[in-house]
Amino acid sequence: MASPAAAAPPSASRRGIVALAIAVALLPLALPNNYTYEIAILVGLNAIVCVGLNLLIGYAGQISLGHAGFFGLGAYGTAILATRYGWPTPASLGAAIAGVALLAWAIGRPILRLRGHALAMATLGMGIIVAVVIATEDRYTGGPDGMSVPPLGIAGYVLAGERHWYWVVGVLLVATVWLAQNLIDSPRGRAWRALHGSEVAASAIGIDPARHKLSAFVLSAALAAAAGALTAHYSGFITPAKASFLHSIELVTMVVFGGMASSLGAVLGAAVLTTLPQLLTVFKEYEMVLLGAVLMLTMIFMPQGLVPTLGRALAAARRKPR
Amino acid sequence: MSAQLVQFLLTGLTVGAIYALVALGFAIIYNASHVINFAQGEFVMIGGMAAAAFVEAGLPLPLAALLAVGGATLVGLALEKLAVEPARGAPVVTLIIITIGASILLRGLASLIWDKKIHALPAFSGETPLKLGGATLLPQTLWVLGATVVTVALLWWFFNRTLTGKAILAVSHNRLAAQLMGISVRRVLLVSFGLSAALGALAGVLITPISFTSWDVGVMLGLKGFAAAILGGMGSGPGAIIGGLALGLIESLGAGYLSSAYKDVFAFVIILAALIFLPDGLAGRRRATERV
Amino acid sequence: MLLRAENLAKRFGGVRAVQDVSFALAPGMVHAIIGPNGAGKTTLLNMLTGIYLPSEGRVFLEERELTGQQPHRFAAAGIGRTFQNLQIFFNMSALENVMAGRWLHERGSFAAAALRLPQLRRAERHCRAEALSLLDLVGLTRWADAASDAMPYGALKRLEIARALAAGPKLLLLDEPAAGLNPTETHEIDRLIRELAARGITIVLVEHNMKLVMGVSGHVIVLDEGRLLAEGEPREVSADPRVIEAYLGEEAP
Repeated sequence: MASPAAAAPPSASRRGIVALAIAVALLPLALPNNYTYEIAILVGLNAIVCVGLNLLIGYAGQISLGHAGFFGLGAYGTAILATRYGWPTPASLGAAIAGVALLAWAIGRPILRLRGHALAMATLGMGIIVAVVIATEDRYTGGPDGMSVPPLGIAGYVLAGERHWYWVVGVLLVATVWLAQNLIDSPRGRAWRALHGSEVAASAIGIDPARHKLSAFVLSAALAAAAGALTAHYSGFITPAKASFLHSIELVTMVVFGGMASSLGAVLGAAVLTTLPQLLTVFKEYEMVLLGAVLMLTMIFMPQGLVPTLGRALAAARRKPR
Repeated sequence: MSAQLVQFLLTGLTVGAIYALVALGFAIIYNASHVINFAQGEFVMIGGMAAAAFVEAGLPLPLAALLAVGGATLVGLALEKLAVEPARGAPVVTLIIITIGASILLRGLASLIWDKKIHALPAFSGETPLKLGGATLLPQTLWVLGATVVTVALLWWFFNRTLTGKAILAVSHNRLAAQLMGISVRRVLLVSFGLSAALGALAGVLITPISFTSWDVGVMLGLKGFAAAILGGMGSGPGAIIGGLALGLIESLGAGYLSSAYKDVFAFVIILAALIFLPDGLAGRRRATERV
Repeated sequence: MLLRAENLAKRFGGVRAVQDVSFALAPGMVHAIIGPNGAGKTTLLNMLTGIYLPSEGRVFLEERELTGQQPHRFAAAGIGRTFQNLQIFFNMSALENVMAGRWLHERGSFAAAALRLPQLRRAERHCRAEALSLLDLVGLTRWADAASDAMPYGALKRLEIARALAAGPKLLLLDEPAAGLNPTETHEIDRLIRELAARGITIVLVEHNMKLVMGVSGHVIVLDEGRLLAEGEPREVSADPRVIEAYLGEEAP
């Protein structure tokens, strides 16, 4: 019988998930038009990738500079199966995700033996190879100009329209964060964090580094593929840019910006860095300059990322005498 | 040896020399700070673009090249002073993101200050091709290879015979010990960034007469230079050079004999294979690097 | 015999760190491995835990050969250890460090974890309770929810022991547990080792502190320049002239 002292304290992360669910539910009240809904949907889809990527980078302590490759493969997988082979879209979606998970499993095993910059290079190389193959095999993929994708639907019902997509993505996002946080608050999550803390000590308590790095890698790849496939069906169109190195870097930046080892940080990072370029298009030519400057300044003054820095500021404010 | 093969080898060596210079830039900064500088490719771009702009403004080529390299060096120093130094205690991933932000910023500035068009530089000593064993050789190729050899020799002299160079090497071997010996790590970092920027810009100036330049030419060049540095063993100067040349040759031969559509991919496939089958730094079956 | 080492040797390039070392460890005792710096103690320890692949020789636990397996398999077989250079999970609290140590016993299924099923919540409560009792055993109850990177060195040494114990090892290897500790803290470690031995855990102590070693162990192995120099009860070993010449002539740090 567990003593009262052994009861786990109410976790800030549980409250965070509830807050996220409320935010998702209430956000439509603040969205005036289809364009803002579109941004919200894109934020949600990016956030799903980032939560997964955060498990790999923030918790398991690995690095991937090629995750857009998984995103792109998910997108093109469902697009090709649905368009060229006539599969019903729920099946093409599922198959694309499963296929990418299998690929990640196969390629993860040799790659994850590497460390640090060697691992970064290997994932980077993998991502670039995927992007180039997609752009070159134009018989299947439509080449650099991309290809169109049928909408997601089954037995006559078609998922269309910004509002419907918003709810689908919103629910999926909350579910993803809930699943990720559950894993983090479990023995597996501690195994990941142990690997990050000290791989040799982790193996001394029976944690198999290869197996756990692989599980984080495959899970994050599957989530990226799912988001990619959903993006393809939502936009109705997909281009190789979605699998590019630049997109991989954007994803890693969202995770680090939001604050690693925090699922909500990943969501926040995705939210800020997806919306910001949209806001900055107003400035047209200055967009890249501003984006680069924002990235640099934020990382210089908040090196742990947004959420941990805000968390510390809040804690410090609470300690001050009123 | 067939003329075609000679052609591919020459192209490969030329491009490889450029990759080697970029890779050296990565290695120097990595040694001083353990940071992968993702803005390295942008220094190449600045070298080429600035030189092209100066030439278009009427300056003679040697002066334009000198100013371009000098300007890029200043950018490198500024990057270290304003972005890397303030964030010194941060985790390495954060520092990498900062250099990524810098690369985006520099590209944006390039598109503003100059434009998004493709630019060229006149060849250093004319366009008349030379003949070598049935293959044709651009004089610029000789400039690239020659300048690279001279640069590498100068770098060797710098790192082995000058106090500053030895200080940089000391920091790369053991930062704390170097500090205790009175070496200013801050100064070493500054010099490293300046030196890497100069190397990158030099590469840019050398290659632009052959393959032109534009605002975003730095992205792929930077990545391949990074790959070359890893191939040669991250942090190793000679490794960076060998890695760069090897990469250039593989790319050229692959594009020539296998598939030119997949030219960009050969480098990364080889890197992946090398990393998987010959992982660097594994002593025996277990790594003995960590003292536990 | 619980652990048997057969002709173990380890070479690093030209350096022979360990040569032809064989011994057997009886269960239920405190054993010690002593020797001057550079004698090969930590190298030997790393071979007994799978971190180093022996250049020659074999390792058996309860007559099951473990040589050549990955480190986590050595741990799963029942060998636990602490580290000379602390390898605390500084990204976790003290309690989480010890809870992590219970991995071998609390794995659970992926689905139960992802969906936070009742069986997982029960398992987590149990894991937490076990971890707290281990922290209590090593005297760190007040540090339970503290961030491990805020804890003093002496506390961290004991935290590593608690984490290693969480895995429920048959054999616990302690690599210089008293290094850098003051006499009071060393006495605490002494008391802890006796307590653990009384609970039936076989312990191997790698130490420089002679008083601690001689006071608490029943079997001492002396290494010198990678070779086994002497072996036996503390009294025998400390009287052995070869040992005195090689090692005990020096003052304990």
